Amino acid sequence: MLEADNLECVRGERRLFAGLGFRLNPGELLNLQGRNGSGKTSLLRMLIGLLPPENGEIRWQGESIRKLGDDYRGDLCYLGHLNAIKEELTPLENLLAAARLAEENLSEDDALDALEQVGLAGREDLACKYLSQGQKRRVALARLVKEKRPLWILDEPFVALDVAAVDWLAGIISGHLQRGGLAVMTTHQQVDIPAGTVRELRLS
Amino acid sequence: MTDRFNLYRFASPATFYPLAGRMIPWFIAASIAFGLAGLWLGMLVAPTDFQQGEGYRIIFIHVPASWMSMFIYLVMAFWAAIGLAFNTRLSGMMAQALAPTGALMAFLSLWTGALWGKPMWGTWWVWDARLTSELILLFLYIGYMALTAAIDDVRRADKAGGLLLLVGVVNIPIIYFSVQWWNTLHQGSSVNLTKSSMAVTMLWGMLLMALCFWMYSIAVALARARTIMLERERHTDWVKAELAGEQK
Amino acid sequence: MLKIILAVIGRDLKLAMRRQADIVSAIFFFVIVVSLFPLGVGPEPDLLRTLAPGVLWVAALLATMLSLPRLFADDHRDGTLEQLALAPHPLGIVVTGKVIAHWLVSGLPLALIAPILGIQFDLSSKALLILTGSILLGTPALSGIGAIGAALTLGLRGGGVLLSLLVLPLYIPVLIFGAGAVDATVSGLGGEGHLSLLAALTFASLGFAPWASAAALKIALE
Repeated sequence: MLEADNLECVRGERRLFAGLGFRLNPGELLNLQGRNGSGKTSLLRMLIGLLPPENGEIRWQGESIRKLGDDYRGDLCYLGHLNAIKEELTPLENLLAAARLAEENLSEDDALDALEQVGLAGREDLACKYLSQGQKRRVALARLVKEKRPLWILDEPFVALDVAAVDWLAGIISGHLQRGGLAVMTTHQQVDIPAGTVRELRLS
Repeated sequence: MTDRFNLYRFASPATFYPLAGRMIPWFIAASIAFGLAGLWLGMLVAPTDFQQGEGYRIIFIHVPASWMSMFIYLVMAFWAAIGLAFNTRLSGMMAQALAPTGALMAFLSLWTGALWGKPMWGTWWVWDARLTSELILLFLYIGYMALTAAIDDVRRADKAGGLLLLVGVVNIPIIYFSVQWWNTLHQGSSVNLTKSSMAVTMLWGMLLMALCFWMYSIAVALARARTIMLERERHTDWVKAELAGEQK
Repeated sequence: MLKIILAVIGRDLKLAMRRQADIVSAIFFFVIVVSLFPLGVGPEPDLLRTLAPGVLWVAALLATMLSLPRLFADDHRDGTLEQLALAPHPLGIVVTGKVIAHWLVSGLPLALIAPILGIQFDLSSKALLILTGSILLGTPALSGIGAIGAALTLGLRGGGVLLSLLVLPLYIPVLIFGAGAVDATVSGLGGEGHLSLLAALTFASLGFAPWASAAALKIALE
């Protein structure tokens, strides 16, 4: 269960939001909406613990995420608008290195399977700098295929994906919610998530 | 509990701004008074040194400036530690307000040291351990100011600058020790700056001048902190009220 | 903990190997700077022998500085740094791994090539040995202290110049003890005292610097 209580965000001289709170239960998805610059990304960065809120508190399973520290980060999977992949490494190496640094168990077979699902079969051993923008995004998304951690925080996951890929990703997120996972995401486009409860939060 | 409350009250810029404004004239007055007394003692009362003649009198500027340059760095590091530990807005502003004065003191100390060195040792500069350390201290001040100036977000500037100050404070003893070690190894300039037979009037003159520099530094730092505050908090109600009041 | 450090080292070394031009250009920079000095001060062997420790060490400092801006910048630009900061272990451990990897591709090659350059300066074989040893012992401290500067200037305009302004004054003790060790050997005093102080500096900075850098990285990631 993820709770936010009375959050306040100040960036530079502007107060982006104040008194913001929500509560998210297992199997629920929180969809953040709002104009550019309304503080969506800032809120996500607060939720992952990189940006300390001016006021208020975020709790995971009833405990402040500040206190939980490493334990919270162990339950958290974050997908930013940057792909977090290394151009010099191949898709396979990228997946395996990311998993190892996040202390997750990912076998080579699982990684190959994930790459096949995102449509990169046959390109596992090509350095990422030779891939197109869309393909690089898929390498980043492939991390979600075998992801077991309960809380997903996704910043604009549907951007720059074609229709088939959007459906596929919606399916992956549904599967996560069905397994009792939680997710918070921002998106500009209307996407149907087949399973789970979708809650909307509008920042203005 | 009341203690804590007061601490936070004074740490808030809205309270600090008028308080600092009232305090500045007093520190300026004290600085002038100590300065006049110190100069009178140093220039007129203190005896002429039989070895160094009248030239030695520059120590009444040189020694207080060196003391202040080191002391101000410690004060800045203190504010930095407070700022990083308690996330107070005032600490970063104080550290930034002190930095130019500290750099000025380090520069003064080097400059007057060179002026003193020419007639005494026959050279403007020697690679003495103290001179070298003072030079490095000046570099540290410049580094701090350059870093805070390069960061646009003031919060990040305060925090990054504070961290640099703490790293610097840990390093200063190591740098000083290594420079001294290096100096004794090379035995190049074995000029001893300390004089055992310092007249009592000279000591008093130096102390008074140190107090003068101290009061000056506080006054200037407070004035600078006030401008930084106005600039950073220009969108808050208290600054708008303050500015409206001044225009009347 | 060791597993994480090794994983970071492994990843960074693999990346460095696929971008060898960076390593090679830092080494050539070192070679060129050192070779320019005799051209500037004249070829007298006595003078060169006196200058050698300082010249080699200052060149080593500058060559290390060259590769520092990229220590975190690449990871920052492609978003990997965020992922590293979100891993379920302290960021200081990750930085320790990165510092060690940085030393393996910057400090270690310098130490290996330094004796060859020392011959150009007519150093005795004992002095060459101490020179290699001092660079080997001292450069990890340079990578560690440099990491703090790299983290503080991450993503800033003119970060490279600023980085040298912040880091070079902090390098002074390493320079003094490193060059001092060779100097003392050349003048027949024995450089062991310097070397042990250099080792102490390296251990202290490897213990302390990654955590200071991690704090600076968190400030930069806010």
